[in-house]
Amino acid sequence: MGTMSEEILSRRLGRPVRAGEIVITPVDYVMAHDQTSPLAIESFRKLGRPLFDPERTVIVFDHIIPAATVQAAALQRGIRDWVREQSVGNFLQEGICHQVMVERGFVTPGAVIVGADSHTVTYGALGAFGTGMGSTDIAVALATGKTWLRVPETIRFEVTGRLGPGVYAKDLGMAMIGAVGVDGATYMAIEYGGPTVRAMSISERMTLANLSIEMGGKTGLVEPDDVVDEYLGGRARDPYERVLPREPRYARVVEIDASALEPLVALPPDPEHLATAREMEHLEIDQVFIGTCTNGRLDDLAIAAGVLKGRTISPRTRMVVTPASKRVLLEAMERGYIQTFVEAGATVTNPGCGPCIGRHQGVLAAGERAVTTQNRNFPGRMGDPTAEIYLASPATAAATAITGRITDPRSLM
Amino acid sequence: MGRIWKVGDNVSTDEIIPGRYNVTTDRAELARAALIEYRPDFAPNVRPGDVVVAGRNFGMGSSREHAAICLQAAGVSAIVARSFARIFYRNCINIGLPILVCDELHGAVEDGGEVEVDPASGRISLPDGRTFEVEPLPEFVLRIVQAGGIIPFVQAGNL
Repeated sequence: MGTMSEEILSRRLGRPVRAGEIVITPVDYVMAHDQTSPLAIESFRKLGRPLFDPERTVIVFDHIIPAATVQAAALQRGIRDWVREQSVGNFLQEGICHQVMVERGFVTPGAVIVGADSHTVTYGALGAFGTGMGSTDIAVALATGKTWLRVPETIRFEVTGRLGPGVYAKDLGMAMIGAVGVDGATYMAIEYGGPTVRAMSISERMTLANLSIEMGGKTGLVEPDDVVDEYLGGRARDPYERVLPREPRYARVVEIDASALEPLVALPPDPEHLATAREMEHLEIDQVFIGTCTNGRLDDLAIAAGVLKGRTISPRTRMVVTPASKRVLLEAMERGYIQTFVEAGATVTNPGCGPCIGRHQGVLAAGERAVTTQNRNFPGRMGDPTAEIYLASPATAAATAITGRITDPRSLM
Repeated sequence: MGRIWKVGDNVSTDEIIPGRYNVTTDRAELARAALIEYRPDFAPNVRPGDVVVAGRNFGMGSSREHAAICLQAAGVSAIVARSFARIFYRNCINIGLPILVCDELHGAVEDGGEVEVDPASGRISLPDGRTFEVEPLPEFVLRIVQAGGIIPFVQAGNL
């Protein structure tokens, strides 16, 4: 009996565990990317053991790919050497780690997955306990197949009502951050439930789960259902069972009426500062970015292309589009979305993290303003620390690119 | 006694070390980038034994361990905050950088002042004689800290 986190960890450990207990749990997969692998490899070498399982080790290149500097290239060469030396079973260079982990079926309900990236929480969209850690924690998991965890208490969001036209999962997720604050779920798990969440696609659920860490959450779970089974058919790498909450006791339940939401933007310096897009319509924008593990999937590109079709972006604004993965890019090409972006005047980059972390492909100058579909707007995230970052849905971002000012997408739909 | 570097609430790992500066594992290079834009006066002036005193949710955001390492490599001997973000907290424990949760200290000290932090006893004292108790670490976590971090802890046969 318990919350989803308690149920998943109890099942993994073969005994009932409760929130507050510290447990040592086996893990199903261990993931690191080009930015966090170098420190993980250093710590791994200190342990002097082989990988616990090369087939359950996943290394993804996504942060600065292709390498933008000699320094990045040197680190990546070191990772490639280590991947060969350890015969790592899964070395992937085809998009953002979290997107690729889900697309390639590593993520299944009830799995425990640790990743050297804070947005590993995204895997909760399929009912997996995914949690982000630092490189040394990941090194320990690589060598032992285990990690230690404090079984978390849980905040449950109960969402009712339909999202209105022009309002998306991203707006709902930002409203949740606004409701509890950027540390509202620290040390805790989050569950996303209610009829609105049950009606969501895998991609929309990933958007919600992805934002869990922006409330400090350890993981962010959605109950697995037929939508998950359908997605995982022919894709799941491991057999799985649906692990669901049973007579759960939540630390807090937050009810949200999705039908009352409007298109939102999160204002600097962090995602809990919200305004409606309408309230911010005076603000001129230098760069628009559509992509990331939050909003770089096919449906996100479809929404943005729908707004941009037959239009061109404002001459005072530049726009970057980064598909979340190779599969997303190929399908977006087939459906004509990429054509629409290029015709509208956008720069389309290779799949990966793009300019989200300010290292390449669209860095911001002092005093510039960006509207982006990513998850973080901390000072300095995308370039100069005085640049301002506004978070929004793909629809709001696309509408903003057209007018050059923050724009409520409903005015163009 | 260590000198105090006082910072506010919700300092993110992007502010502790921006992404542009963590494309390396070199400790000295990471130390030079510590708080480089948030507090440009920090890296050139920090001395071994100094203490960071933070508000709520210190280290929020990215899992980058570079954030914990850059402060340790710069000479920071302890971080005392009203609260910590979870991943940053684990990263500090794993590399043996003492962190203490104390709600009152932040309001009781000034930037540039002095403080004595004894991570083992959890006792914090100020030059004027005031003392503060901190929340004790869970027993399991304390064992990792006492081992000198998670690597020696695992090497000793734990986990």
